[in-house]
Amino acid sequence: MSEFSPEPENWLEAEPNTLPLDAWHRAKGARMVPFAGYLMPIQYDGIIAEHLWTRESAGLFDVSHMGQLILSGDGLDTALETLITADLGALTEGRQRYALLLNDTGGILDDLMVARAPMVLFIVVNGAVKWDDIGHLREYLPDDITMSHLEDRALIALQGPKAVDALNRIVPGVDGLSFMEAGSFFWGLEPLWISRSGYTGEDGFEMSIPAEHVTEFAELLCRQPEVKPIGLGARDSLRLEAGLPLYGHDLDEETDPVEADLMFALSKRRRAAGGFPGAAAILAKLEAGPARRRVGLTVDGRMPVREGAPVFAGNTQIGVVTSGGFAPSVNAPIAMGYVSANYSAPDTRLEAEVRGKRVPMTVTAMPFVPHRYHRKGAAK
Amino acid sequence: MTRYFTSEHEWIDVDGNEALVGITDYAQSQLGDIVFVDVPAVGAQVTKGGDAAVVESVKAASDVYAPVSGTVTQGNAALGDDPALVNSDPEGEGWFFKLTLADPSELDGLMDAAAYQDFVATL
Repeated sequence: MSEFSPEPENWLEAEPNTLPLDAWHRAKGARMVPFAGYLMPIQYDGIIAEHLWTRESAGLFDVSHMGQLILSGDGLDTALETLITADLGALTEGRQRYALLLNDTGGILDDLMVARAPMVLFIVVNGAVKWDDIGHLREYLPDDITMSHLEDRALIALQGPKAVDALNRIVPGVDGLSFMEAGSFFWGLEPLWISRSGYTGEDGFEMSIPAEHVTEFAELLCRQPEVKPIGLGARDSLRLEAGLPLYGHDLDEETDPVEADLMFALSKRRRAAGGFPGAAAILAKLEAGPARRRVGLTVDGRMPVREGAPVFAGNTQIGVVTSGGFAPSVNAPIAMGYVSANYSAPDTRLEAEVRGKRVPMTVTAMPFVPHRYHRKGAAK
Repeated sequence: MTRYFTSEHEWIDVDGNEALVGITDYAQSQLGDIVFVDVPAVGAQVTKGGDAAVVESVKAASDVYAPVSGTVTQGNAALGDDPALVNSDPEGEGWFFKLTLADPSELDGLMDAAAYQDFVATL
């Protein structure tokens, strides 16, 4: 027996680094695997159980492999807007936005979160490309912009409908945040930066904390009856059900915001004003319509359709699956991929090819499982 | 009836020329939650060490190799409805397929239970 479709990450050339919570994960029974250059927990009790626990209660995720950056300096907003899609003029203090780091033809270098803290912007980028991102930002930002890479801080996420109850017991006041709001809090004397956001489609929080205190904090969170630690495996199935793309799989430098269906990351003002990387190409593509689109796919039967599977309409290959697997909350296989625009309408019947067999699929609006964010003004 | 094991974590129960094949408890524990099993069709010819079945966990698909050469006489239909049988009873109800041995001498060199346990202990 052998695994033939492992994580297609090529980190074998270097010994993986360890994260601040490494010993804690192992003590909790995690199986550790190399991911994005780090040893990370793939699962504790089992991916399906962890996935379902997060949807009904609260799961703690270690995402300390991600890059945490602080940017400051005069003219920061103007300078950064030439590199990312965010409308920083509209980003008021305590607010967070999803944004794309683009190359000059509009290809996606990374997707990221940017939040406005007093005097500075706090940015979280993907672990696998953080060194590239840092190099790119340093190369293109003016010298009087200061960038700090917070390597001495851990990043953890608490996700699920009961996350707010558990976290508010330990850090009173976090229940005052709405979806995509962020702020400074204290746990004892330790400063935390907390946003109400995540990567599961559920309500929840992402927390930046000094690395030397994260073990104690994670242990305290997991002593709350609502909370269990959750591995990378369930993180992937949760985000797939939520229709959220994963950089390096569903997004890369060969994809752009139009075909990736991420134009919500470009505000009306930014589209009108231009001035973001690849603006001419992206606006032209938006006008003409993209040749292919990122879509959701529900799969007939039980056989998972995974990343790399070609997608056919009749005998013609019209696309490829970029993420796919078994969806525990849907209790069926689902997938995400790119298909020719003329086959991208919901309910279009297509087929994937898996091990020489055709597997019927249907184009489906995402998310596969409704988002349950705590939006401002919405009834609790 | 004698049970043999492979270094690729398959087990095979042999009774005369007939055999039953599955994956070991160690294998299922490494794979995690099994969500799909692709068993070979009746009549399929499998060769020792060659692809015979596919087992899919939430995370990945894995090949299951034939411990010996032979002709498949039955696939475990119960795995279609309940692939998690491979997790709950890997060396019993979670069997994969039955086959008729082509060459019983191919069993030479497979491990017995004690040898397989020693092997797993080294992993």
